[in-house]
Amino acid sequence: MAIIEYILGRILQMVPVLIGVSLVAFLSIHLVPGDPVQIMMHGRATEEVLATVRGELGLDRPLPIQYLRFVGGAMVGDLGKSIIQKAPVDEIIGERLGPSLFLLVYSAVLAVVIALPLAVVAALKAEGPIDHGIRIVGIIGFAMPPFWVGLLLMVLFGLVLRWFPISGYGRTFIEHLWHLFLPSLTIAAFLAPILVQSLRSAMLDVMTADYIEVARAKGLSRRRIVLKHVLRNAAIPVITVLAVNIGWLLGGAVVVEYVFAFPGLGSLLVRAVGHRDYPVIQGLSLVFAVIVMVINLLADLSYMAIDRRVLRR
Amino acid sequence: MALLEVRGLCTEFRTPDAVIPANAGVSFNLDAGRTLGIVGESGSGKSVLCRALLGLIQSPPGFVTAGEIVFDGRDLRHLDETTLRRVRGTAIAMIFQNPMSGLNPVWPVGDQISEGLRVHRGLSPSAARARGIAMMRQVGIPSPEVRYDEYPHQWSGGMLQRAMIAMAMACEPKLLLADEPTTALDVTIQDQILALLVELQERTGMAMILVSHDMAVIAETSDHVAVMYAGRMVEVAPTAAAFRTPRHPYTLGLLQSIPRAAGDGRLTPIPGQPPNLARLGDGCPFADRCAVASPECRTRPVALREIDPGHWTACHFPERLAGLQA
Amino acid sequence: MTAIAIRDELARWPASLKIGATFFLLIVVTGLFAPWLTPYDPYTQDLAGFLQPPSWRHPFGTDHVGRDVLTRVLHGIRIDLQIGFITTYVPMTYGLLLGALSGYLGGWFDTLMMRLLDVAVAFPFLVLIIVIIAILGPGVHTIYIAVFLLAWTMYARLARAEMLVERGKDYVLAARTLGYPTSRVVFRHAMPNVINSSIVFSMADFVLNILLVSSLSFLGLGVPPPLPEWGAMVAEGRDFIFDAWWISTLPGLAIVVTGASLSLIGDGLAHRLGQRQRSFL
Repeated sequence: MAIIEYILGRILQMVPVLIGVSLVAFLSIHLVPGDPVQIMMHGRATEEVLATVRGELGLDRPLPIQYLRFVGGAMVGDLGKSIIQKAPVDEIIGERLGPSLFLLVYSAVLAVVIALPLAVVAALKAEGPIDHGIRIVGIIGFAMPPFWVGLLLMVLFGLVLRWFPISGYGRTFIEHLWHLFLPSLTIAAFLAPILVQSLRSAMLDVMTADYIEVARAKGLSRRRIVLKHVLRNAAIPVITVLAVNIGWLLGGAVVVEYVFAFPGLGSLLVRAVGHRDYPVIQGLSLVFAVIVMVINLLADLSYMAIDRRVLRR
Repeated sequence: MALLEVRGLCTEFRTPDAVIPANAGVSFNLDAGRTLGIVGESGSGKSVLCRALLGLIQSPPGFVTAGEIVFDGRDLRHLDETTLRRVRGTAIAMIFQNPMSGLNPVWPVGDQISEGLRVHRGLSPSAARARGIAMMRQVGIPSPEVRYDEYPHQWSGGMLQRAMIAMAMACEPKLLLADEPTTALDVTIQDQILALLVELQERTGMAMILVSHDMAVIAETSDHVAVMYAGRMVEVAPTAAAFRTPRHPYTLGLLQSIPRAAGDGRLTPIPGQPPNLARLGDGCPFADRCAVASPECRTRPVALREIDPGHWTACHFPERLAGLQA
Repeated sequence: MTAIAIRDELARWPASLKIGATFFLLIVVTGLFAPWLTPYDPYTQDLAGFLQPPSWRHPFGTDHVGRDVLTRVLHGIRIDLQIGFITTYVPMTYGLLLGALSGYLGGWFDTLMMRLLDVAVAFPFLVLIIVIIAILGPGVHTIYIAVFLLAWTMYARLARAEMLVERGKDYVLAARTLGYPTSRVVFRHAMPNVINSSIVFSMADFVLNILLVSSLSFLGLGVPPPLPEWGAMVAEGRDFIFDAWWISTLPGLAIVVTGASLSLIGDGLAHRLGQRQRSFL
């Protein structure tokens, strides 16, 4: 029962954060210097049109009422209407949420697939030439701007070698994997170095623990010690690092989506900002915040699955 | 023939600044079913010796540079890693000082106890579980069926040390190395654990090396005692003889620094500090702290020699101790 | 500091710190002398000589309006390093102070601070900055405002954590039972750790901020053209990438070299300052 209590407590903790997040998203439109409706209409609308748009957006009511309507609407999935596309924001976002989540998960999986063996080798051969080599590659990978990597991969594998498509999403799962390979690899190239370094140092920490010496005294093989005793413990700090960096991962995804003209939330955001489509921007900032919060919740739950000591705190 | 014969074992740790000889020419025998107590201050090389016997010295910075470890007729130093691994945990097992950190926090205790059975004996998960529960019962862990699936943080230190013992005993070793097994525990628990070790030894007939800095622990449990100082053995004798007539001034010093309820309340600590191992001269390493040392003790090399039957000392002038003992 | 003290300090530097610092110094000096290093102007267009591949006259080639890419890359050092530096070290100063205070004081101040940090972390950094840009309009000033509003939170988090660790140590308890003022004890012991961990992190943050500025400029939301910002230059070359790879590739390479030298410094500093963590968090 401690488990259910823990999860409920963790979800309750999200409520004040959600209130803060919704306030920020709500207030953003009111912080625009000048008249946001004027700016949205690019200063070309008549006074009647402006008044209609204001009425549509509810901007003619007192602020607290507007906030309550905003939150009330958000809770049932109503985020208002896009100024540009004339469609409900929740529909526009809904269409693109799936592809974006697919891209995120795909990138994370690719990053782990790349990082895990490198981190294990680096930790087992710590301070040797292989470890230094992996660190230098990581330092370079970490400094590579995702938009640039994306562009180069697109040119090399998409245009010159023609191995992968350079845009689109595809229809089936296999097509998704194929279409999203280059964008995912781009994000993974940025994420993997962070993972390698954190997993390596976590493994080195764990390997000095008493219970590893006990495991050696038990006559376990090196392979079994690493797989059964080291990695599971080392995963705990790595999940923290991933959770802390999730903001950067999502940010990187925005840019990469834009580079590959990918039909996701990131490219939508860039376009909405270009058009000053405030309802879409508001809705997107809420959705992004919720994604981050859910990922952080998942990270906490996976701690619990790995290490039962969490429940005691 | 002895179960374990150690001859001239040398272990050193290499740092960029110095080479530290942690074991310098350690030799002893241990017969099957017997207990050897190894006593000495921290830093005297007791724990390093245990790890060297099992081939657990992390290299670098540690290196076993010389000597033989003949166990059951085989020199462990010349076994390849895979064969040595099979010896560890089956024929020779070890328990450690700190049970609180000795168990992996993310696995249930029971799985860790029976892990050796699955790896070395190839037992199925259910068979290993049954055997693990039986082991837990043998070492006095109450309601083992339930506690098998609990995690280390749910257990007390004394219970965890019992779990460590069950883990070590799972594959019925011929030799158990116990490195300060009671140091981290409450005084009341210490006696229980020692009694458990003695009982298990009687039941299984295994040999045991018990490392402690506490002469009282050694007196309770050991047939023979080996006193270590500065990485070498300075006195090896049957326990009773070592306590009645110590033939090395360091052993005498250790005995006189035991607090005794019935004594006159006077404690005599050994003066001075243990020597810096990286800067030992040719002479006796204890000379600087010794009450009966002569100038030549600082220069003349000293080695273990048998002065009574079965009683060995590394002192040039053991006869001088008679006057100090009154 | 005497010459001998400097020599002793240098002797203790790990190789990564020496290499990183050398590279970074070279980059800074190149940026300072950029106007005198090439015979071209970063803005003057030469429509007769556009899209020229790298040659002796134009080692990095020319772009679609005939500007010398090398000249623009060298001038870009000034823009990217300046923005990167300001966006890293201004928030670091007050983030450190607020975090250390929060960890030391505890109570309502700490609770409030934790809630603020929670909300800030809930938003992906780049998304929140893009939203702020949507409100205030694109440009360098908007980037400064957005980063100053947000970036201090990482430092506050670090400083608070170090402070909490230090507060829980035995000597603090000892000082308290003896009736000594704990503030002095705690701050004297904690501050070196608080500052060191932040300095190591700041090198990674510096890299991330350069990536941030160039990403925003690439999206057209940051430094406006025709300023020779590296990300903006990559964006300008994007349409010609197939025929003129150098316009986008070489400014991006400048980001990689700069970022890698900063990361190397961070890696070496972590060693030198005895920090457990390596260059990035």
